[in-house]
Parts: sequence; structure tokens; C-alpha cells
Amino acid sequence: MDWRQLWEIVSAPDNVPIVGLIPLLIFYIYLAWKQAKANDELIAELETNPAMAKTHHRKSWPFRPGWQKEIHVWPFLLRIEFLAAMIVSIILMVWSITLSAPLEEPSNPNLTMNPAKAPWYFLGLQEMLVYFDPWIAGVVMPTLIIIGLMAIPYIDTNPLGSGYYTWKQRKFSIGTFLFGFIILWVAMIIIGTFIRGPGWQWFWPGQTWDHNRLIYEVNRDLPDLFGITSNLAKGIFGAIVVGGYYLLGGFVVHALFRRYNPKDYKRMSLLQYSIMMFFLLTMVGLPAKMLLRLLWHIKYVWITPWFNV
Amino acid sequence: MAEENQNGKNGNRVGLLERVKAGVKEDVQSLKSDLPVKAKEQIEGLKDPTKTQVFTSIFRHKHDDTPRNRALGVLSNVFLHLHPAKINRDAVRYSYTWGMGGITFYLFIVLTFTGVLLMFYYHPSKVQAFRDVLYLEHDVPFGKLLRNMHRWAAHLMVIAVWLHMFRVFLTGSYKKPREFNWNVGVILLVLTLLLSFTGYLLPDDQLGFWAVTVGTNMARATPLLGHEGPFGKMLGMTPYNDVRFGLLGGSIVDANALLRSYIWHCIGIPIVASIFMIVHFWRVRKDGGISGPAPVMLASEVKEPKK
Ligand code: HEM
Repeated sequence: MDWRQLWEIVSAPDNVPIVGLIPLLIFYIYLAWKQAKANDELIAELETNPAMAKTHHRKSWPFRPGWQKEIHVWPFLLRIEFLAAMIVSIILMVWSITLSAPLEEPSNPNLTMNPAKAPWYFLGLQEMLVYFDPWIAGVVMPTLIIIGLMAIPYIDTNPLGSGYYTWKQRKFSIGTFLFGFIILWVAMIIIGTFIRGPGWQWFWPGQTWDHNRLIYEVNRDLPDLFGITSNLAKGIFGAIVVGGYYLLGGFVVHALFRRYNPKDYKRMSLLQYSIMMFFLLTMVGLPAKMLLRLLWHIKYVWITPWFNV
Repeated sequence: MAEENQNGKNGNRVGLLERVKAGVKEDVQSLKSDLPVKAKEQIEGLKDPTKTQVFTSIFRHKHDDTPRNRALGVLSNVFLHLHPAKINRDAVRYSYTWGMGGITFYLFIVLTFTGVLLMFYYHPSKVQAFRDVLYLEHDVPFGKLLRNMHRWAAHLMVIAVWLHMFRVFLTGSYKKPREFNWNVGVILLVLTLLLSFTGYLLPDDQLGFWAVTVGTNMARATPLLGHEGPFGKMLGMTPYNDVRFGLLGGSIVDANALLRSYIWHCIGIPIVASIFMIVHFWRVRKDGGISGPAPVMLASEVKEPKK
């Protein structure tokens, strides 16, 4: 156990935000979960008791009949905003006094940094470079993330759960978002920050960074496993595998979605449904490809003269 | 005296003197009597500055604590009128919004302020950039604190935007009628990350240089538009005319890249982001204010739209 190495990584000034992000995320997930639980209990109660549903104010927070529904922004909101600004300022001041922004040697194109890491918020994408070619990890993925985020309001047609925390009414959409945000984005950043060392190799926390370590990994391509040698055959084979993944995967998701989300399924138009399928399968495709690499050392699935997947 | 004056020249002169004397006497008298009164009035007036003309010209209404004035205090102020006069009593609960949108905005303001101060000391050129940062660190009064604050506020802003998006998602606040504002938000998210990224290169040190090199190298691989990307070569892409060249103003990260970074970071993106923020805030209100905490809805109450 190399504590010094561990401390060097954790205390690197630019890594501090991620060290801070983890407890923040845990706290806010807890805060959201607590409220979702209270709301879900209330919903369950109201559903079994229609008489109560007619008169209840429908909030899990206490509300007395005599209270006014609305309050003045001045002072009730503005004082909170002022307080928040003060607190953020104090945190920022203390942080800036105690911890200095990094400044390395002057830039030098002839002296490569090893590891050369992107800023921490992009490390998820850099981590994807291990499993995908740059055109996918660096260009296609960010584009899909942006488009996918933008599509959310138009494909999530569930009218329930608008304006309050809930889990039971939106299991599928919240589950999917958590998968994308926590597993595919934040967890990859954490790996990129704390685990990846020189040569972008895997070093467990506390393992000394060995700049001379070489790993002899023989990566194969999927067509090789099947003894396919001609380029044309490789291209066709890959297209079939990738196409097959989307078709077969799509079928499995369809079977599950239809059963467990019948209402959403009924509501969604064909366009909404296909867009959701595409993004969902692409998202699941990432860990799938990672597994192929980690378990069977497979580099490419689909090889063509122009691009490889 | 009047007759005499008409005839004799002397008489004229005597009359004038008399009159001046009398006048001065009167003036002195008036100073003696009026000054204390006016001074008293002035002091009385200062006791209630809200009645002065200067004050009433700035503040357009009274400030005694009445519901009307509480509302006017918000509505007649250009900065505060982003807010409505009254809001839902639950909407001020911190546990619902987490305050993250507001904190993001506050950090943006802090960044603008510290950023402008940094600009006074920074030249975006290969010769000077790194030295300017050293100078800031060691010689400029509070320069180190200034740089640190700018750096950490930027990191905090990225975290705050993520948390804001996370809570908007978890509360289902992107649902009707807020779909459009969610989209404005996604653009703001991208702009926030780009702001942070373009700033990374500016100290011109190894950290920024290699981070930006790694980042922009991916642009080589852009499908169609990058010289190493799928179909790029077929479309005639070379290292000297593809998107990466356009981003960096060259085929390597060098002086032009530094200048472009600087202009995007200090002028281009902040302006675009400000415009989107204005739209974002405007839409929050137009869409009916904060989405909740809304009364829970039961599955049995959903009215299915007719197809
Ligand atoms: C520079 C970045 C941003 C700033 C300054 C900002 C600011 C704000 C503020 C002050 C609010 C009022 C409520 C609150 O504080 O939660 C708000 C609401 C909202 N924001 Fe943002 N935001 C930003 C980015 C985003 C992003 C990335 C998204 C989503 C992808 C988003 C979507 C929304 C939506 C849908 C609302 C309405 C929420 C509701 O009614 O409950 N915003 N934003």
C-alpha cells in the first residue's frame, strides 16, 4: 500500500472537486430519496383511500388550512438567496486561501506529460478512448449525449411525477437517468481520475505508479475469433453483429418495456419509441463493449476500410 | 429726498449709498433669521432621507412594510424583477430546488468579476501568458487569491450545473410545459463545460497544454470533417484544413490556439451564455415559476389524451 501515491492523487488540487463531488452527490441522492419516499407513501395512502384523496392537500410537507398559499419574495426568497450567496462566497474564499490552483512547467510540446489527462469533467470521455476509437469516444458520444439529453422531455411522456420527487411513479426514467449519470458519467470520471496512471494503465488506489510498466495484452478482433479473414467478409460480419445487437436488444427491451411499462408503451408514438430504443441500446452498448474488452480482449467488432467499431 | 435727487447730482449718490446700506442690512438680517430656520429644516429633512428628492428619484415607492411595498420592491427593481412578487410558500424550501440554479448563476457572476480583474494582467501571447500567471502568483497584490478564486469557482460551477440538472430531472421539471427550458438548460450545460475547457489552456503550462492537446486531438477523428476520421480523407481533409485546424488556428496547439482560446473564453462564450441565461430565467417565469413542490398526482387521475 503506497499511501504517498494515494495522497498525491487525492490531494492534487485539480482532483479536489471530484473528491468533493462524491459526498455532495451522496448527500443529494439521499435528500431526493427521502422526499421521494415520503411522497410515495402519501400516494399509496391516497390511492387506497379515495375519500381522503378528495380533501387532502396532496403534499408530504405539513400544511395547515389557515396558511396562505403564497408568500412575498421580499423578504422570504431574497433572504435565502442572499444567505446562499454568502455561504458560497465563504466556501470559495476559504478554499482559495487554503488551496492553490496548479501551475506546472511552461508548456512544452517536446515533453509529453504522462499521463496526459483532460480536465476532470471530460475524463469519462477519455476513459472511453480505451474501448472506442476517437471518432466515437470524442465526437459521436458527446454529440449523442447532448442530443439524448435534449430528447428526454419529448420521449418521456409519463405525465406523473411532474414537480415532486417520486420513485414509484417513474421507475424506468429515473433508473435510466441514474444509470447514465452515475455509472456512465461520474463513475468513469472517478476511474479516469483515481485509477488511471501512466500510459493510461489501471492502478488500484494505493498502488505505486510504475512508469515503466508494460502490459502485454494481445487484443483480437471479433471477426478473428470466427476465422474471418477477407476484408469484405469482416465488414459484412461486423454490420450483422452490430445490426443484430440493435435488433435483438431492441426486441428484448420491447418485450420487457411492454410488460412492465404498459401505460408508457401505449402512450408513445412510433417515433418516440424508436428514439428511446436507440438511445437506450446505445447506452447499454457502452458497458457491453467494455465487457467484451475486459473479458475476452476484443478490440473491434466491426472492421471496415473507413472506420472500426 | 425724492425731490432733491431729481435735481442735484449729489443727491443721487447719497440715495444709492443709503439704499445699498439698507439692502446689506436686510441681507444680514435675513441670514440671521432664515439660516437657522433653513438649517433646522435641512436637519429635519435628513432625519428622513427617504423624503429627499435624490432618494425619491432613485426609489420609486415607499418602503414601509406593507404588502404593496413588498411587492413593489421586487417589481420595480430591474434586477429583482426576474422574480414575481409572490411565490408558492413551499417553493422557497431548500430541499426542493437545492438552490443549485441560483448558485450556478451566482458563480457565473463571481467568475465574470474575477475574470475581468485577471484580464488586466494577462496577455494572450506565447511570450507573455505564462509569465503573466507567474507575475499574478507572486507579485500582484492578492493576485494568487484572485487566480485561485477564478479557478475554484469554475470547478464549483461545473459541479453546481450537474447537480442542478440532476434535481430538475428527479423532480420531473422538464415535463410539460418546461420542455423548451430544459433544452435551453442543456445548451447552458455545454457552454459551461466549454467555458471551463477554453480557460484551461490560458496559463500556457504543461497541464493545460496537454489537456487541450488530448481534447482537440479527438477533433482529428471527427467523421467527415477530421483528417483521421471516417470518410475524412475522401472529402479531402488534411491536417491543414479540417475542424481541428479551425479550432486551433493551426495544425498544432500554439500561439493561434492560445489567442482563439482566449477570445472564446473571455468574449465569445460568455456573451452567448449570458443570452441563453436570460432566456432561461425568462422561461422559468413564463412557464409558471418553479415546477413544485406540486401536489402529487395519482395514476387514476391521468387523463389520456385522445389520439
Ligand atoms: C449556466 C447554467 C444554468 C443556470 C445559471 C441555471 C439557472 C436556473 C435557475 C436560477 C433556475 C430556477 C430554479 C432553480 O434554481 O432550480 C432554473 C430552473 C430550471 N433549469 Fe436551469 N440553469 C442552468 C442550467 C440548466 C441545465 C443544464 C438544465 C437541464 C439540462 C436546466 C434546466 C432547468 C429547468 C427545466 C428549470 C425549471 C425548473 C423548475 O421549474 O422546477 N438548467 N435554472
